[in-house]
Order: sequence, then C-alpha cells, then structure tokens
Amino acid sequence: MDMIEIHALTKCYGATAAVSDLTFTVQPGTVTGFLGPNGAGKSTTMRMILGLDEPTSGSVLVNGQPPRSHAAPLHAIGGMLDPRAVHPSRSAYHHLLALAQTAGIGRSRVREVIDAVGLRKVANRPAGKFSLGMAQRLGIAAALLGDPATVVLDEPVNGLDVEGIRWIRGLLRELADAGKTVFVSSHLMSEIAQTATHLIVIGQGRLIADTSVAGFIASAAPAAVRVRSSDQPALARILRSPDVTVTPMDDGALAVSGLTAAQIGASAASAGITVLELAAEQASLEDAFVDLTKDAVEYRAARFEEN
Amino acid sequence: MATTTAALPAYSRAQRVTQVRVMKSEWTKLRTQPAALWSLLSAVVLVVAFGVLYSLLREARPPHGATAVASFDPVSVSLSGVQLAQIAVGVLGVMLITSEYATGLIRTTVAAVPKRLPALWGKATVLTAAILVIGLPASFVTFTAAQSILARQHLSTTLGQPGVTQAVIGSALYLAVAGLLGLALGTLLRSTAGGISALFGVMFALPIVAGFLPGSLSDQVNKFLPSTAGQAVIAVHPDPATSLSPWTGFGVFCAYTAVLLAIAAVRMRRGDA
Repeated sequence: MDMIEIHALTKCYGATAAVSDLTFTVQPGTVTGFLGPNGAGKSTTMRMILGLDEPTSGSVLVNGQPPRSHAAPLHAIGGMLDPRAVHPSRSAYHHLLALAQTAGIGRSRVREVIDAVGLRKVANRPAGKFSLGMAQRLGIAAALLGDPATVVLDEPVNGLDVEGIRWIRGLLRELADAGKTVFVSSHLMSEIAQTATHLIVIGQGRLIADTSVAGFIASAAPAAVRVRSSDQPALARILRSPDVTVTPMDDGALAVSGLTAAQIGASAASAGITVLELAAEQASLEDAFVDLTKDAVEYRAARFEEN
Repeated sequence: MATTTAALPAYSRAQRVTQVRVMKSEWTKLRTQPAALWSLLSAVVLVVAFGVLYSLLREARPPHGATAVASFDPVSVSLSGVQLAQIAVGVLGVMLITSEYATGLIRTTVAAVPKRLPALWGKATVLTAAILVIGLPASFVTFTAAQSILARQHLSTTLGQPGVTQAVIGSALYLAVAGLLGLALGTLLRSTAGGISALFGVMFALPIVAGFLPGSLSDQVNKFLPSTAGQAVIAVHPDPATSLSPWTGFGVFCAYTAVLLAIAAVRMRRGDA
C-alpha cells in the first residue's frame, strides 16, 4: 500500500530526543499537513522517511518497505528538504539530469519536469543564483522527477510569491487526486488549512494531534464574527443571550461568537439596524494551533521542574 | 518572476538504480562542476610546465663529474611536476564529496541512491578515469618534451630503456590513487578543510616526521609511508635502502588508499547522511 507508516519512531541526537515515540499513518489520495512550531522535529521525521537518518528506535515504512530498501527510490519517494541543497555553479538542468541518471530517467522527462515547475527560462542558469522561490521550484522538480507514489516536502511554500503559493496548492491537490501520498510540512496553520485535508501536529518531538482539518476546525475555539452597524449598543442588546458573547473591540466593532454572520445580519435587519460591516474572523484557527503547541512546550517545561 | 507551468504527465517507466547509472550521474556531476574541471586542468599544467621548466634548468646547469652524471635521472626530472599535480588531484578527490556535504546535496544523492555505496564507487570511478585520461597523455607529452630539452646536453633517455615506460605510466597511476586518497579522506571527514588538511598531513607531514627518526630507522619507516611508497613507481633506479621496488611501493600506496576507502564506505553507509 502506498502510504507512510510511522511506528514508535524515536530519534535522539546525543541525550536530546528530537522525535519521541511518534506513531501515525499518512494515507494516499489526500494531502496531509505536518504541522508544528520550528524545532518540533518535523525535518528530523522527514529525513527518516527519506531514509537519510537512521531512527534510534521505532520504524518507518514507505509503501510498505523501509525507505532504504526501495529498488527504484525516485519512483517510490520524492522528497524536498532543503531547496538550497544544490551545487551553486551547476545549472538547474544538470542538477536534475544527474539525479535522473541514477535511475535511468531520460532527458525528455527532465525537461517535462522543468516545464511543469515553470523553470524553462532559467534551466541553464547556475542554481546557486536562484531566488528562494526558484530554488523551491527546483527542489519540487527534483521530488517529482520519478513520478513518485509518495511525495514528502518540507516547507515548500517558504519563499514563494502569491502566484507560486497558488500554484503549489493546486499541484499538491493534483498529486493527491492522482492517488499519491502527499505529506507537506509547515509551521503555519493558515497555510496548511487551505491545502491539506488531514493534519499531523507535533510539538517537542511528540504527537499532539492526528485529525482531519475539518475536525480540527470544529474543535477549535468557536469563530467570532466582526460586525459594525448604525447602532452598536442596540445591536449588542439584541444579540446577547446565554449562548452568545458580544465583545466590543478597540475600533468600535463588535466581536460576536455563538452566531453565524447570516444570523447576525437577519437579527439586525428585523430590528431596523443598518449593517455596515460583517466578517467572519479567521484568526481562531491559528490561535487554536498556537494553543495546542504551546501546551506541548509547557508540558516539557513542567517536566523539567519536576526533575 | 513570471512563470508558466505545464501539466506534469505521469512517468511509470522502471527506474531501478544500477551501478552503471550512478556512474553516469557522477560523470554528469563531475563535468558540470567548474571547480573540478579547473583542478584537472591545473594538474595537467603543473605536470607539463614544471617538467619542462625543471628540464630547462638542468639543461642550463647540467651535472658535473662522473658520479653526478651517473646518478642523474632524466626521467624523474621530466616528471617532477607530479609532486605538485598530486596536490591538485588530491584536493579534487576531497572536494568531489565534501562539496556535497557542504551544500547538503549529499542528501539528494543518497535519497536517490539509498544503498549509498554505489554513489561512492561512482565517484571513485569517474575520478580515476578523469585523472588517467588527462594524466597519461600529460606525462607522455612532458616526458617527450623534457627529453628533447635534456638531449641538448646528452642527458636524455628513451621509453625503451628499462623502467622508463613504467615510470611514465606510473606517474599517471600515482596521481589517480592520490585522487582516490583525497576522496577517501573527504568521505571520512565530510569537510573540505578537514579533508585537505588530512591529505597534506598524510602526503607531506608524515615524511617530515619520519625524518626526525634516527638515520636507518628513518629510511626504513619512510619508504613505507604512503607518498614515498607510491612514488617508487615513478623512480627508474630506486635505491633499495630508501625506497621499495616500483610495483611493491605502488601496491603499498594502493593498499593504504583501499583501507581508507573501505573505512570511508562503512562510515557513509551507516547512520545519518
């Protein structure tokens, strides 16, 4: 089965555990986000998935096999860890060609991949002169060279412009729709929520959440709706109830939680109050993520005090 | 940057990693790494230029007296540039692998070649081939040019004389193994500075240290040191007191390099990339 199975995975560097007892599965056909603050152990986990680092204990299976036992590795796992990991004076084309040749992948495929990531015009330029966004595209090209069943990308959105971000979101969804296992890390919740359908959240090397994005959003703090109207005190009176909180904001707007924007609009209309601004606040998702990972940090700090 | 992206078609051809494929990949890397090409070019220039210049010097200041003439070795004079070229090829060997550790490219390499060792053998093969392909013509051309210079003082020799062809071919072989020694040290230490320092230590510092030993012991130890042993293959009339016989010496040099490469291979295959 084309998936990533991680079981009781632990990686220690000296006395420090970068990853502790991690167990989760990344399913094919969806984009799975891998979320955690910087230093949470995301890159370490990804290096073990790619067979670069040896686990201290536990196991990683990619498509049912240990990562280093694939006979056709580029067709099994495509990875991008560090987009700057290129020889600075070698051209993008030759960088990809050298990689392709290890598996007997032809030049025409190399050109196909270059076209797919939009690097045709700069393919013969030294990769060291690339902007971060271009380097990201080159890294993604390298990951897709062998049309792998499993794609693992570490922070692929970093350094991309708006057009690039939109492109990569579409690309990740296409890969998932084609039945591939897509595992993408990020330290930003908002970024992942727009692309991924499933989430693995880690903090301090430990698993915090293994959930669907929809489930995560549902469990997150209820979203507030921001509203401005012709008569704010009257509107606040109408809306307030045991299930609804109305908080005045610094700029005079009201933050309403417990009601949808449509419900608020309808109440205002029936009371003859003109609504000037009505917007669902997006911040709660990011807040929920910060809360989740902050707990992990505090948990670790508490343990230190016990010792 | 305005980019146009095309849809990426599927690609389901078998993509097994083989040693030959990895060699092709390593060849592409070598030929598209300007620093590597400069190292090879400078090795050729050092062999040719130094051999010719030293021959011109000896032509201008020929040996005087019967003993001096008898001990004059026109082959070693013509091939003296090998002493400098070994630095260029040794550094090339170190750099071929440490540049991948420095940039992080090694991770891409070993993710594509998860058995890892084919990548090391691939590098060793293309390095050896490149040094021999440029080193053999360089030493033959230099030998020929140098002999035509030395002939004006009737000091020259020919390829037909005993041991001469062996020395000319041997100098290219010596350079190839020096490159491999660099590759082994670079793979072990994963650092360009560390690898080059270790290479200089092995090639140049060890004979100096051996020189501090008491006389006869110094000679005994010195002839078994990697660079001294290896250079026996470039000597036409080696002195048994201070040098091993040509192929024994070269064999000892190869053995040291093979052992270091084996240790480097173990280090590369195990643990984190």
